Amino acid sequence: MVVETEAGAAYKIVIGLEVHAQLLTDSKMFCACSAKYADAPPNTVVCPICLGMPGVLPVINRRAVKMTIRTGLALGCRIPEHAKFDRKNYAYPDLMKWYQISQYDLPFCTQGHLDIQVGGGTRRIGITRVHLEEDTARMIHGVDESGETYSLLDVNRAGVALMEVVSEPDMATADEAREYLVKLRNILIYLNVSTANMQDGAFRCDANISVWPEDAEVGDSKVEVKNMNSFRAVHRALRYEQERQIALWEAGEGPPEQETRGWVEASGITVSQRSKEYAHDYRYFPEPDLPPLTVGREWVESIAEKMPDLPDEIEHRLIQEAGIRAEDARQLINDRDLLRYFEQASKGYPDSQRLTNWVTRDLVRELGERKVTATDSPVPPQALVELLELEDSGRISGKMAAEIFRSMFQTGRRAADIAAEQGEQITDQDEILQAVRSAIEQNPKAVADYRSGKKQAAGFLVGQVMKATKGRANPGSVNELIASELA
Amino acid sequence: MPPPAGCTGQRAANPWRLHSGPGRTRRVLRPRGHRIDELWALTVSEASALLDGGEISSTELTRAVLERIDAVEDKVRAYITLTADLALEQAAAADERLSDPDAPPLCGIPLALKDVLSTQNVRTTCGSKILGDFIPPYDATVVKRLRDAGAVMLGKTNMDEFAMGSSTENSGFFTTRNPWDLDRVPGGSSGGSSAAVAADECLGALGSDTGGSVRQPAALCGVVGMRPTYGRISRYGLVAFASSLDQIGPLTKDVADCAVMMQAIAGHDPLDSTSLPDAVPDYSAALKTDVAGLRIGLPKEYLAAGLADAVKAVVLKAVDDLANAGAEIVDVSLPHTEYALATYYLIAPAEASANLARYNGVKYGYADLDAGNVEQLMMNSRGNGFGSEVKRRIMLGTFALSTGYYDAYYLKAQKVRTLIKRDFDKVFESVDLVATPTTPTVAFAIGEKTDDPMSMYLSDVMTLPGPIAGIPGISVPCGFSDGLPVGLQFMAPELGEPALLQAAFAYEKTARVGSAAPPKAI
Repeated sequence: MVVETEAGAAYKIVIGLEVHAQLLTDSKMFCACSAKYADAPPNTVVCPICLGMPGVLPVINRRAVKMTIRTGLALGCRIPEHAKFDRKNYAYPDLMKWYQISQYDLPFCTQGHLDIQVGGGTRRIGITRVHLEEDTARMIHGVDESGETYSLLDVNRAGVALMEVVSEPDMATADEAREYLVKLRNILIYLNVSTANMQDGAFRCDANISVWPEDAEVGDSKVEVKNMNSFRAVHRALRYEQERQIALWEAGEGPPEQETRGWVEASGITVSQRSKEYAHDYRYFPEPDLPPLTVGREWVESIAEKMPDLPDEIEHRLIQEAGIRAEDARQLINDRDLLRYFEQASKGYPDSQRLTNWVTRDLVRELGERKVTATDSPVPPQALVELLELEDSGRISGKMAAEIFRSMFQTGRRAADIAAEQGEQITDQDEILQAVRSAIEQNPKAVADYRSGKKQAAGFLVGQVMKATKGRANPGSVNELIASELA
Repeated sequence: MPPPAGCTGQRAANPWRLHSGPGRTRRVLRPRGHRIDELWALTVSEASALLDGGEISSTELTRAVLERIDAVEDKVRAYITLTADLALEQAAAADERLSDPDAPPLCGIPLALKDVLSTQNVRTTCGSKILGDFIPPYDATVVKRLRDAGAVMLGKTNMDEFAMGSSTENSGFFTTRNPWDLDRVPGGSSGGSSAAVAADECLGALGSDTGGSVRQPAALCGVVGMRPTYGRISRYGLVAFASSLDQIGPLTKDVADCAVMMQAIAGHDPLDSTSLPDAVPDYSAALKTDVAGLRIGLPKEYLAAGLADAVKAVVLKAVDDLANAGAEIVDVSLPHTEYALATYYLIAPAEASANLARYNGVKYGYADLDAGNVEQLMMNSRGNGFGSEVKRRIMLGTFALSTGYYDAYYLKAQKVRTLIKRDFDKVFESVDLVATPTTPTVAFAIGEKTDDPMSMYLSDVMTLPGPIAGIPGISVPCGFSDGLPVGLQFMAPELGEPALLQAAFAYEKTARVGSAAPPKAI
């Protein structure tokens, strides 16, 4: 896509994304330590191997490889028969061995793609590779009372299996980048390979962006943007960087220098972290402690055979087979807990769109207020179905249903019990007729207005009837009876 | 005490040991009966027989060796760390276990470990100031296997820093002396282990061999040293120098002991992904004196320039002895031998540059705590903690892996590695083993080569090709030159350890080269 400035100059934007996702393995990538470190005190989920003690050796976590191949298959990648691990050398205190075991020229997955929907169309974004590596320790920087800075190291995270998905520079807008991330995140979640939770750091994104005059060739230099902790941050950072780089061209200073920049959330800008002359020479070489791997074709096939339903397939099914509106389907897909809730409820309830309305609005609102996921909902799917059936039977009104739903959340009681206590809807025509007649008698002005052509006066009368019946009168019947009585 | 069966026969296996001389406190073991204060002179096999027979206790044996260490360590300086108390505890535990007739052969045997092997709760320095106070929280797999076998750990032996060197002069602490001539080096990098074995400061020891660091010091100290096939012994807990070359190997007083030690430590280890899954054969079963029909190749490239004439003569005499014993000697060629040194000095430093990156003062070991910030801490810790040879190799390796140089150096070296391996593959189509000198010269004087790294590197020229090809080798004493031991090296195809043991054992038994042995210096 081409962006035009007010002055009329046109620029093309080139964006590629690198996503790091922590894998949901039980143990770390190369040792037997638990990979579940979230609630552990610092430096307690460690062993000589992930601490990088002298003499230790790595052993490959087979499940991590399986999850990586699973991801590659979901992204339409080739799974080459030959793969290996390499050492990526760089000196930083969070890296225990001062090299990271990663994959350089023979990753597990290559040449895939991810289709994204933008502007009503579909764009295919190339996936360069998916490879496996180990996470680093966490550094915590602080300042003590005397103003002295210090750095703390928590090694619990070091050695956790980390999968990197590298895209081709095929995206042209910040919107596309965000859409790519949303879709990739969903895929990882539905594959059960990662929580893909950005806040916990289980899903991290670095972006490469460069801007070029429309008629110029795309060059090699690019800016890598780091430190973005949400989809929104990625979107903002790319928008900012796009404008910054256009401004450089406009000022005659293009192309922008190749460098690494960090996103500063608070001020909404990127700042230079490392320029090209300080770029790392990672000195990759084959990891001598891990022999090259042959990825068996039968194994890949057995992984392919057990692929779960992917978000695109589920979305298609929701829209085509269940008849759900596209935006509602998207909302369900984007929250796997909500989708599961919906799927369970829909087993007992045929009107999918009506169920969807309840799930995506009332349920989401109640869950949001309580900050719980749909999986932990105090009102289970079956209870919601019971409520909807109660309304469908005409025994409660829509308004009553909404109130009862709220009450179900507060009390955990079933819809039928609450309805019985509050009094069910009045459907008896004679009883409603009596209330209608009484309202007509007591409100001669409204009656006169109605008869003189102000049809909205009927609404006032309906309100009076509902008030007299404490909202329990069937609204349809009330409307019909008022109309016929005043005819 | 009644004489143990086999004891007298074993003595001949190490003939030079039959002689005592001036300055040597040890007395000859008589065919009948043992002096308790001479137990340190026993081989592993002899001691094992006595322990099994209940004729001596591990505690007596261990005390004797500790006394021996007490008597000669001032001169030899083989140990960085002595663990006398631990040794006596382990000896006491072994004595309880020895009542069980199925106790393993190494139960109660006092051994030394090169300080490159991680030992839980026992300082492991790797010969470097940067790990001067490092106490590991875990045991290397070989250490665990020795402990499980009931072996007694006497201490940790000196070595060139991070196993980089051929003389122990690169030790961050001190230089070990050759027991045959205290002014000469014991070889390296496992010089502490080889000197300790030669000086009877242990019954046997473990070393590590990256480019010859077991075989070269074994040759220079007149003991037996084997480097097994790459992957035969777990490297887990062996502090890495060059991961694709490093192998642990035993240093022993004779070939039979080598087989016993190998049996205890060889085998697959799930903690080492490069360890071989192959079943471990019965190594002692390979100890046959018959070499009739064994085809032994004599590669001409190992008898060329740089080899001392006297050493050459001794080695060729040894080869003759083998021929007389029935072996068939075949002239062979390993044409890429001349490239082994260059290949080794690209691959090993490249891997070392990454392996040694972790020593930065942040997590363990020496740290310059006066540094003003984290960067300074890391830089100063490495700058002060590493010795000059280690720094030289880190720089060499870093350079060889750098962008723009990788293809010309590291990648090229890997290709030559394949060619060297093919040389051996081809030769082993027609011979069972090759025989070469282990070293081009006998032990050189302390200080002689410290200013000339290249001449130091050349002392490993005969032992480098084997590791590059991943094949096993053994050095066995084959005589003397100027009163100093000369080593005969055999190399075999992958997993050819039984053939190596057979040839070395047969040679040891038939040649009896030690009868010309001069007195030791201690």
